[in-house]
Parts: sequence; C-alpha cells; structure tokens
Amino acid sequence: MYKNFFKYLISAIFLLGFSVNSNADFKVGFVYVGPTGDHGWTFQHHEGRNAVEAAGIKTTFVESVPEGADAERVIRQLAQSGHDLIFTTSFGYMDPTNKVAKDFPNVKFEHATGYKREHSNVSTYSARFYEGRTLLGHIAGKMTKTNTIGYIASFPIPEVIRGINAMTLAAQKVNPNIKTKIVWVFTWYDPGKEAEAAQALIDQGADVIMQHTDSTAPVQTAEKAGVWSFGQASDMQRFAPKSILTSIIDDWAPYYVERAIAARDGTWNQQDTWHGLKEGMVAMGPYNSAMGADLVNEVEQLQKDLASGKVHSFTGPIYDQKGNILVAEGKVADDGMLAGMSVYVKGVEGDIPK
Amino acid sequence: MSLDISFIGILIGSIMASSVPLILAASGELITERSGVLNLGVEGMMIIGAISGFALMVITDNLFIAIVGSMLSGVIISIIFGFLTQSLLTNHVATGLALTIFGIGLSAMLGKNFVGIPGKEFPILFSSLRESIPFFGPILFGHSIVLYFAFALPFLTNYFLKKTKLGLIVRAVGDSPVSASNQGINVILVRYCCILYGGAMCGLAGAYLSLIYTPQWIENMTAGRGWIALALVVFATWSPIKVLIGALIFGGITILQLHMQAIGFRIPVQFLSALPYLMTIIVLVVISRDSRKIKLNTPSSLGRIFYKEK
Repeated sequence: MYKNFFKYLISAIFLLGFSVNSNADFKVGFVYVGPTGDHGWTFQHHEGRNAVEAAGIKTTFVESVPEGADAERVIRQLAQSGHDLIFTTSFGYMDPTNKVAKDFPNVKFEHATGYKREHSNVSTYSARFYEGRTLLGHIAGKMTKTNTIGYIASFPIPEVIRGINAMTLAAQKVNPNIKTKIVWVFTWYDPGKEAEAAQALIDQGADVIMQHTDSTAPVQTAEKAGVWSFGQASDMQRFAPKSILTSIIDDWAPYYVERAIAARDGTWNQQDTWHGLKEGMVAMGPYNSAMGADLVNEVEQLQKDLASGKVHSFTGPIYDQKGNILVAEGKVADDGMLAGMSVYVKGVEGDIPK
Repeated sequence: MSLDISFIGILIGSIMASSVPLILAASGELITERSGVLNLGVEGMMIIGAISGFALMVITDNLFIAIVGSMLSGVIISIIFGFLTQSLLTNHVATGLALTIFGIGLSAMLGKNFVGIPGKEFPILFSSLRESIPFFGPILFGHSIVLYFAFALPFLTNYFLKKTKLGLIVRAVGDSPVSASNQGINVILVRYCCILYGGAMCGLAGAYLSLIYTPQWIENMTAGRGWIALALVVFATWSPIKVLIGALIFGGITILQLHMQAIGFRIPVQFLSALPYLMTIIVLVVISRDSRKIKLNTPSSLGRIFYKEK
C-alpha cells in the first residue's frame, strides 16, 4: 500500500515539475550566500529581488548556499527548472556560474563581484564600494580624537584592500596624523570573532571602527564601548543608534530590474558593470547628527563630487608603503589597477597576509 | 602601544569574557563524560540554547526566562540523545554527531524570524567599581552574572566530583558501570541525569553568545566553539580545573593574536590565527603529563554501551 502511495507521490512530483518546466513565463532566479535576514549583504540582494518582483516579473530564490560544490548544484537546478535569468550573488560562485552557463546557452547569468565571463551568456556586475569608503575615511579622519582608526578585514582580496586604501587616503587628507590599524579575521561572518576583533582594536586605542565583514557585531561592540562605527552593506543604525555615523548601503534594485526587463524583452547583452554613487548602486545611510552640521555638509558635498566624477577616490600622487609611486600626480587610478589592487598605500600599518 | 597596568587589566577582562562559553560547555560535557557517556552533540546543544534564549528574550522581553529557557532547551534536546543512547543503546559517537547536525539545522529553521533583530542589553554587575579601580576593576567587576557563574563552575564541579557522595557515584558509573550496578546504583538513571546536566550547561553556553557576548541571533553563530569545548575536556584529562586553564589559554591567545595584529607584529597572520589551537594543546599536554593522574581521572568506560542484564 505504501509502495503505491510513494509511486503516486513521485509521479505527482514529476508532473508538478513538468508543469513548471513547460511554463512559458519569464522567470528570474537568485542564489544567495547567506540568509535573507542577515541585515547585510544578502538582505540587500533580496531587496533587489523584491524590486524585480514588484516590476511584475516572477522570481525564485535559494538562500544560504555555501560557496563550493553545492553552489553548482543549485545554479544548475535553477537553470533546469526554467529560469531565464539567474543572479549569483557571491564572489565564490564565479566558477560554478561559468560552468553551468556553458551547458545552458539560452539562460542568462549575472555574477556579482566576479571577473570571469567565459561564455557570452555571463555578465558580471559589482559596485564601487570604495567610493563609500572614501566618505567614511573623511568622516573618520575628522571624528577621531586618538588619530587611530580600527579596520576589521575579512580576506586579503583586492576588494577589501581597495576599501582599506580608499579609506586611509581620504582620512589622511583631512588628518595627516591618522593611523589605520588592521585586524584580519579570515571570515565574512563570525559575530563572536568580529566582536573580539573590534574590542581588540578599541583597546588598542582606536576610537573609530569600521569593518569589511557582514555581521552587526562590530557596531554593537562599538556602541557598548562608546566609540564611533559605520554600518556595512545595509543601514545598521538601529543596532547601534548612538555609535553609527553612517552606513554604506548596497542598492542592487535598479540594476536588477533593468537587467531583468532587458532579458525579458530580448535586449540583454553581456556586460561588465561597475556602478557607484553616481548610478546609486552605492548609497549612504543617514548621517549621525553627532557629526555636526559642518561636517555633514562637507561630506554631502564630497558625496556629490564623487558621484559627478569631480573627485576620484584614488587621485595621485599615491605612494605604496615603501614610497614607490602608484598613481602619478594629477592622474587617477584606472579600473584595471583598482580591480587588481594588492598593495597598501603609504600610512597603512602592517603587511597584507599572503 | 600602551602596555600599562590598567590596559592589562582590560585585556584580562576581555579574555575572561571570551572564554565563558568554552568553560560552561566543557564543564557540562565533563560531567557527562565522567559518567561514561561521550556526547559529541555539544555544538548542536549550544546552538539550540543560543536560538532558544534569543527567541525567548524577543518574545517575553524577560532575560531571566530567556536564560532558564535556553538551559531547558539544552535539556530537552539532550533527552533525545539520552533516550537513544541509554534506552535504545545506540552508538554514542554516531548519535552525538547526529545531534550536532540536527541542532544546527533545527536552530536555523527556528531562527528564521529572529535574524536581524537587535538584542537587549544584559545587565552587568558592579559597573561603577569597574571604572574606579585600576587593573582589578575590569578583571573582577562589570561582568554579567553568567560569567561569575562560569568561573565558579569548575571549582564546584571539582568539589562535586571529589568530595560528594553523588560525585563518587558519577565517577563509579563512568569507571565501571557493571560494578556500580551490582552495588545497587541505577546506572542508566545516573547517566541520564549527567546527560541532561551537560545539555543544560551547553544551552547556557549558547545563550551566553546570543544574549550577552554578541546580542543577536545568526545562523551557526557558535562557529565551532562546541568542538573546541569537547577537545578541551579531553586535553584537560577530565579535570575541571584544567578545563578552566585550557579555556582561558584558548580565549587568551585568541584575543592576544588580534591585539598583536592591531599593534602590527610582523608575524604571518595565518600563524597567529592557528596559535590558540597550538598553544592550548601544548600547555594542556605539558600540565597533564602525569600518567598516574590521567588514569585516575579518565572514565574507563567512556563511550561504551551499558545495559543491565535481566
């Protein structure tokens, strides 16, 4: 009896699967590295998905997909089940995305923060988060009393190093005595360790903390210790209302809607997109009134100038730690150099872990 | 770099705070293992404690209920382990591993709606004394009640095992369940109690993370601390005081390596990250090299299935 029951169940599942497959509706799939409620990286991608849905396009998402073998299985499954466009939203999905793209030439793929576009149906996109870091550096340089900025870094990849450099350059400009202390935690997501790192930096005299990790633990630690902090990836203000000066917010929604509509209407092309404050892919959270009106005005002006292109985060002369010139006076760093950045600028303490 | 005396006090204070979950979980597991039961589900019980505590805090807004509830949740989930290993006589190792996997999965499911909610501030004791006394202030004062309990626990555990009749019974059951049973001791009942006690302590350890240390809920937030607690029990050769020392060394080196990075020591960061594990093992092996004492403390029937012949 049970045997028959399972037979029916299985055939029912197959039928159901088939009916989904044969559905001619346009569908977009999303693969997330964390839970949608992480209030950081994945949360913002999910907001982007909600915008696509609001534009009248059907979407599906799979959350907490580890980078690795599982990722390929999930992406392949989405491609097989009739999704026409798939966003894979973490750096570690780079190879699996390209692998699956090869087998599904009719499905379009969009990979976040990667650089591999091995097939014509793979686009990549990322945000110029470093422009946000420039604003943080400016604020940190003005707000610090101990002239020490604490920076919690995750992994030594260009993305993270670029953020450290952009922040340090901006802070030096307003406060030449600034020191950047860095702690590498080798994780994107371990609240305990992030909190310990923040505490260590605070104990070492940092009175402004920022982080390139995903949890809210560093801002909570800063709030407890009574030092300044910044939100990362999304507005974290309510986790540390007194301490947070502003947040760098990733806003993927306009891009996701634009690309989904393009794919639906057949105008989708392979692209490598790198948008920043100008396009709104990087946005800033509300500025804390503790900064004072003058500083808020200053930073808002700088934000406008970065958006219009009048100011660039990496304007020469820029030197590395040994004093070799990286960007000549009057020049700005090109995108190629930014994308592969692997040395600290002058003024950052310590070595990059190899 | 400031290495004055008051800074060292602050440093010791944060080292103590970071070792609390290890002390609690390892002390609980130690009692379980001394009764002859090897429960590898520490990580699973901790994470269940973490989500239960946090969820109860959000729902009831009462930290006392949250703390007690987290311990109860640890007890409830350890009942599963107890029933399987003691009543159904399943293999301890396999059951414990399953408990960890189950706990991580279940907590992620239960925690779905609690992600991203800011936690509540946990009251700390004697915060004014912390500021006013240099060096000793940050070490002795300004902590949560759970921390004081955690630091008393290894000594209480030591006293319990060595000086009380019940402690003797637990040890007898762990060393030779057959003889204990012949003496009229209900081995299964004793082991059940020890398993449930271990569950309660692991639940509390998890709640310390989600309510006090980093007040928030995040999937998998115990991040392997349960496994470190398990290893501590073995390397401390089942001695409660050595568990305390091991936990402090582990917490200490973890914090110190972050400070060394912040100061800018020119040592590879990867080596610094591995240092807590290395140092803890080395120190515990060195202080536990007396083989006679190890024999005395090791529960000889650890992990073996016991059933009463009828």
